[in-house]
Amino acid sequence: MAHQLIDTFATRLRPETKAAVYDGSKKGHEKRTKLLFDNYAKPDDLRKLAGKIKQHVIENLDTYLPATEERLKENGINVHWASTAEAACNHVLEIMRARGAKRVVKAKTMVSEEIELEAFLNKHDIECLETDLGEFIVQLDHDKPSHIVKPIIHKSRREIAELFEKNGLGAYDDEPQVITRRAREFLRKKYLEGDVAITGANFVIAESGRIVLVTNEGNSRFCLAATSCHIAIVGIEKILPRDRDLALLLNLLGRSGTAQELTVYTEFISGAKASTQPDGPQAMHVIFVDNGRTDVLASDCKEILRCIRCGACLNVCPVYRQASGHAYRSVYPGPVGAVLSPLLLGKNFPQKADLPKASSLCGACNEVCPVDIPIPDLLLRLRAKAKQEGVPSPGTPPMGGWAVMASQPAAWKAALVAGKLINFMPTKLLPVPPLRAWEKTRDLPEWRGGAFRSWLKKHNS
Amino acid sequence: MPVRPLKTKVEFPKMLNSERIQVTGKRVQLMATCLCDAFYDDVAIATVQVLEYLGCEVVFPESQTCCGQPAFNGGDWDASRKVVRHTVKAFEGNDPVIVPSGSCAAMIFHGAQIEFEKEADKDSVAALGKRTWELADFIVNGLNKTTWEGKFESTIAFHRSCHTRGTKSSEASLQLLKSIPGISIVEFGEAEQCCGFGGTFSVSFPAISSSMGNLKLEHVRAKNPDLLVSADMSCMMHLAGLASHEGKPIKAKHVIQVLRDALKNIGLIK
Repeated sequence: MAHQLIDTFATRLRPETKAAVYDGSKKGHEKRTKLLFDNYAKPDDLRKLAGKIKQHVIENLDTYLPATEERLKENGINVHWASTAEAACNHVLEIMRARGAKRVVKAKTMVSEEIELEAFLNKHDIECLETDLGEFIVQLDHDKPSHIVKPIIHKSRREIAELFEKNGLGAYDDEPQVITRRAREFLRKKYLEGDVAITGANFVIAESGRIVLVTNEGNSRFCLAATSCHIAIVGIEKILPRDRDLALLLNLLGRSGTAQELTVYTEFISGAKASTQPDGPQAMHVIFVDNGRTDVLASDCKEILRCIRCGACLNVCPVYRQASGHAYRSVYPGPVGAVLSPLLLGKNFPQKADLPKASSLCGACNEVCPVDIPIPDLLLRLRAKAKQEGVPSPGTPPMGGWAVMASQPAAWKAALVAGKLINFMPTKLLPVPPLRAWEKTRDLPEWRGGAFRSWLKKHNS
Repeated sequence: MPVRPLKTKVEFPKMLNSERIQVTGKRVQLMATCLCDAFYDDVAIATVQVLEYLGCEVVFPESQTCCGQPAFNGGDWDASRKVVRHTVKAFEGNDPVIVPSGSCAAMIFHGAQIEFEKEADKDSVAALGKRTWELADFIVNGLNKTTWEGKFESTIAFHRSCHTRGTKSSEASLQLLKSIPGISIVEFGEAEQCCGFGGTFSVSFPAISSSMGNLKLEHVRAKNPDLLVSADMSCMMHLAGLASHEGKPIKAKHVIQVLRDALKNIGLIK
């Protein structure tokens, strides 16, 4: 029987990669859970409240977006709207060209990966350097991130040390401190050469027109130190109504994402440098990116737009742990990616319609989600969508015959008796592919169809 | 600022089965589940014995088949709804419907509600959901029986089956097990992780599914329990099936079999 792509991918994963992903995500989950429950009596109540705030935002984007634009402009920030990835990239290019800028220093932003900004800028002879350590390593290795907050969770120290050696960043040394120091030395010089800084935003506050950025390396601050222009690329769902909502969301984001009470750096940016500040970008732009989000909003899976990109659902997911992020063939992997990635494809949904199948529907993702997204329900809705659109699904048995049998009691009772065949016949001879897939690694219990019903008749007589 | 006030409209069915109708009478309908119908007759038998011990009149609607979950999870909601509609008909009436499976119970009070959102007959499905109970949850929170009598000498590893997340079922099972003289419960690693079954997931993702199951077995075996217990025979079928295929069988039981045997051991039932 044919297997799903993600299952096949998992079987081909190198043991070293598998171990790195498994250990990294398991530790991430355990630390997160301990911290949340050590710090709060009822973390679940906080998750649910945060979910309600984000749900409120996405259901009222039509008022929040113009209100936010107004505030941002009052703060002297240029606001651009991009309905597609291409439009977003072009906005960046136009801003760069108008300034005669050639070099970008970039902090980690998922939406820039989504719109494939780096490749686009390179095509237009613009250098685009990743300054987040993990993303820097990914860039150096021409690899792809495999986790939302830990892009190199799949890499071992040995691989990174070898990569650095190959790229002239020093002789082989796999001490994390040495690796970090070497990256820092290299990046510090680059910050000074940068013309434009590109960041994302974890939150954009409607009330104050601020963007909020969290990092652990301070690299986004360095990006802003020597460049003359700051471009923040932001998904339209990133808005929070009020500054005070950050008290809840930042506390949940740090704990859920990296098991920190607060990330090392939390920046509140409300415009280009003020006249009283000695340095900083002279211009600031915010590019709001739709790229399929309004279609998601109109779908029956809009709750996924609450996501704050913490990666907690990846860490806890048993499928992610076995298969790695690369198995999902998407910028957004794991449970959240299995919902968001196919949805963002719009009419090309069938290309990734297998992703929502990559789940035992265990619900662990929903249990850890800081904004309480009912991920399993959304996976189920997308499975139904795939079926309706006639997308083939390898290994999923057809259900039509079963439904007929299970809605006719006489047929059901006959099947209960007929099933006894499996006790006597080698299953190889039975024309039931799922049975064979089961029996490769698992035995079936003895078929005892009808035994309970017979017992009950005697018991009641 | 021109923004609307924060309202708390969140439109998706709750996993928590908190809207259930409280139990008044003692007559119940038993949904045995297809797995017990086909493989685990003793679990269904134990369910009847325990419910009768608790003074319930157990009605078994003969026309019952399956809860509809396989097709629901597979994405074939037309097929699933056909079976759910049959189930609604089979379990007509007002009595609580008791299910010895967290998964099948959740299909009725949660999954079916989702696939019937836009159907004309969604109210009848909602009504069934409101009187559907997972067995241990029913004993503890429906009948308010919070301790269990009898005797059962065993060290037990209890697997919290995934479809009881967000409900009171696992805590109910544990509460009853822990109150039985002779039982000690051992905790094992990564307890929040799934056994890897997941219905059709087990055959369309056989490698990942088996790895998940083997990891669970590794954690359980490390604590050397006498017995692995759960509120879902689907998890037990997967784990016991893997263990047996490997030539290292494990003893697995449904929580209701332990409750029944505890009563038997001191002669409270035959």
